[in-house]
Amino acid sequence: MRPLFFFLAAFAAIVLSVAPQPTLAQAARSGPLRIEITNGVIEPMPFAVPAFVADSAASQQMANDLARVVVSDLTGSGLFREVPRNAHISGISNFDAPVQFADWQAINVQALVTGALSEGIGGRLTVKFRLFDVFAQTSMGEGLQFSGQRKDWRRIAHKVADTIYSRLTGEQGYFDSRVVFVSETGAKGQRKRRLAIMDYDGANYHALTDDRAIVLAPRFSPDGRRVLYTSYETGTPQVFLLDVKTQRRRRLANTDGMSFAPRFSPDGKRVLLSLSKAGNTDLYVETLATRKRTRLTVAPSIETAGSFSPDGTQITFESDRSGAQQIYIMPASGGEARRISFGDGRYGTPVWSPRGDLIAFTKINKGRFHVGVMRVDGSEERLLTSSFLDEGPTWSPNGRVLMFFRETRGVSGAPSIYSVDISGRNLKKVPTPEFASDPSWSRERK
Amino acid sequence: MRARLAVFLTVGALGLAACSNAIPDSGLGGANGVGNYKYDTVEYFNASIGDRVHFAVDQSTLSPEALSILDAQAAWLIKNTAFSVLIEGHADEQGTREYNLALGARRASAAKAYLASKGVSDNRMTTVSYGKERPIALCSAEKCWSQNRRAVTVVRAGGSS
Repeated sequence: MRPLFFFLAAFAAIVLSVAPQPTLAQAARSGPLRIEITNGVIEPMPFAVPAFVADSAASQQMANDLARVVVSDLTGSGLFREVPRNAHISGISNFDAPVQFADWQAINVQALVTGALSEGIGGRLTVKFRLFDVFAQTSMGEGLQFSGQRKDWRRIAHKVADTIYSRLTGEQGYFDSRVVFVSETGAKGQRKRRLAIMDYDGANYHALTDDRAIVLAPRFSPDGRRVLYTSYETGTPQVFLLDVKTQRRRRLANTDGMSFAPRFSPDGKRVLLSLSKAGNTDLYVETLATRKRTRLTVAPSIETAGSFSPDGTQITFESDRSGAQQIYIMPASGGEARRISFGDGRYGTPVWSPRGDLIAFTKINKGRFHVGVMRVDGSEERLLTSSFLDEGPTWSPNGRVLMFFRETRGVSGAPSIYSVDISGRNLKKVPTPEFASDPSWSRERK
Repeated sequence: MRARLAVFLTVGALGLAACSNAIPDSGLGGANGVGNYKYDTVEYFNASIGDRVHFAVDQSTLSPEALSILDAQAAWLIKNTAFSVLIEGHADEQGTREYNLALGARRASAAKAYLASKGVSDNRMTTVSYGKERPIALCSAEKCWSQNRRAVTVVRAGGSS
């Protein structure tokens, strides 16, 4: 398939030689402009995105919209603070002209993004941008260019924001990604549900199924093209596989009893799922191509909600074999499991970070729910959220942000999707047209 | 084909009518009036015997009260072989989604196993779990949660499921 984008480390980077000018304290900084995002309290880095230069009056609206998405991505990450347009002393009217750094230093902008947009034949957009370290008065990395179809303009903006984020944090970005989730309408107890998909920021929402049957817990394939989920359309909970583009679905191999809690392996070839027979629930793995199924756990306890490590060699899951719901790790081929959760309360829904370093989970203690993370050996448990009902974390593509759903209490209680950094900061609601639950975050789109 | 079927059904209905007259009423006189259901009906089962049992938090063990309700369910089912049952297992909202599905499965299975031990034949019973997805009481307090932790025996026409 022809790639959606091609990007060129295009034009020769223009070295801007500007005589150094007296600056504020930042001039004394020895290292590159960088924001560390793992620890504690930080001060968001001030940045500015003056209006992108459009190649025609007709393209100016698109240029503005695109720049706005870049700003929203960076601001929404909680790591950057926009110095708004109405504070700018000058703008960028010519993308290739030297930058007047003094104008930006004067309003304490540390990172400056300049951009230009042109629209070609057949609705093809091309966006060029540069990133500048204002106080060092240099560009950070080469200028870059992204191209794509007009209808994918938001994806172009996300790719621009990813690059800026990456250069300023040293981490991969996460903005060109999607979330599949359950969209819910109606009163508590009479909820109608359907699968839906949206960009990570809530844009481009559309439904993937109708709402005639209960649907639960959809999970993206690694390539973002398929979704596993659980549906009651046959009368009992069963696992289905859906193609995102065609919306065609098929039931996974027939089972007697119930099947649910499916997840893809990191190579997309196997499905980990829970089967419930005669009241007992255990973990199984199924190879999609051969439809061959292998049982992984044999125990009278509940074993469910499994997920793979990013290298596919291990599985984390929840079990009540110790008497209460706890988190375990075992080899992906089955075998001896070791428990990793030891705090007060019950633990469930373990999900392995794509970086391999942490496992996120839901914890229930003294009537409160929490989303938390711990190291894969169970140490350094940290709770990131607390409420009446927070559940079901899913990792951003770069392992730095979690989404989950939060349900309010009482007769009119309803769920919404939230996101939070692994530092516990920047908790906020993800906008959805209806109530929403069970989010699953895709990998970065190619 | 259709005409033959109609004739068969009519004959069958007459047959049933003849039989039901021979079974004593619940003693409250006739099929009229609120709660005065005929013994061999789903309504009687639900109103007079009870279609559900309840569970403690996180548990699937059957309490003495649950056992006595299930005893009565079993007795009725053994007498009324024209019905089959779907046993639904449910959980309250105080747990995570997958765990509650599994817990509901345990509860449904516990009720089914007990009914089987009392002589209800296996091929008349199926189970399903709804986890926490179908609460009947909506408040977020124990008085509602306790109602949601349940196994419901749904009686349906048709001798085997």
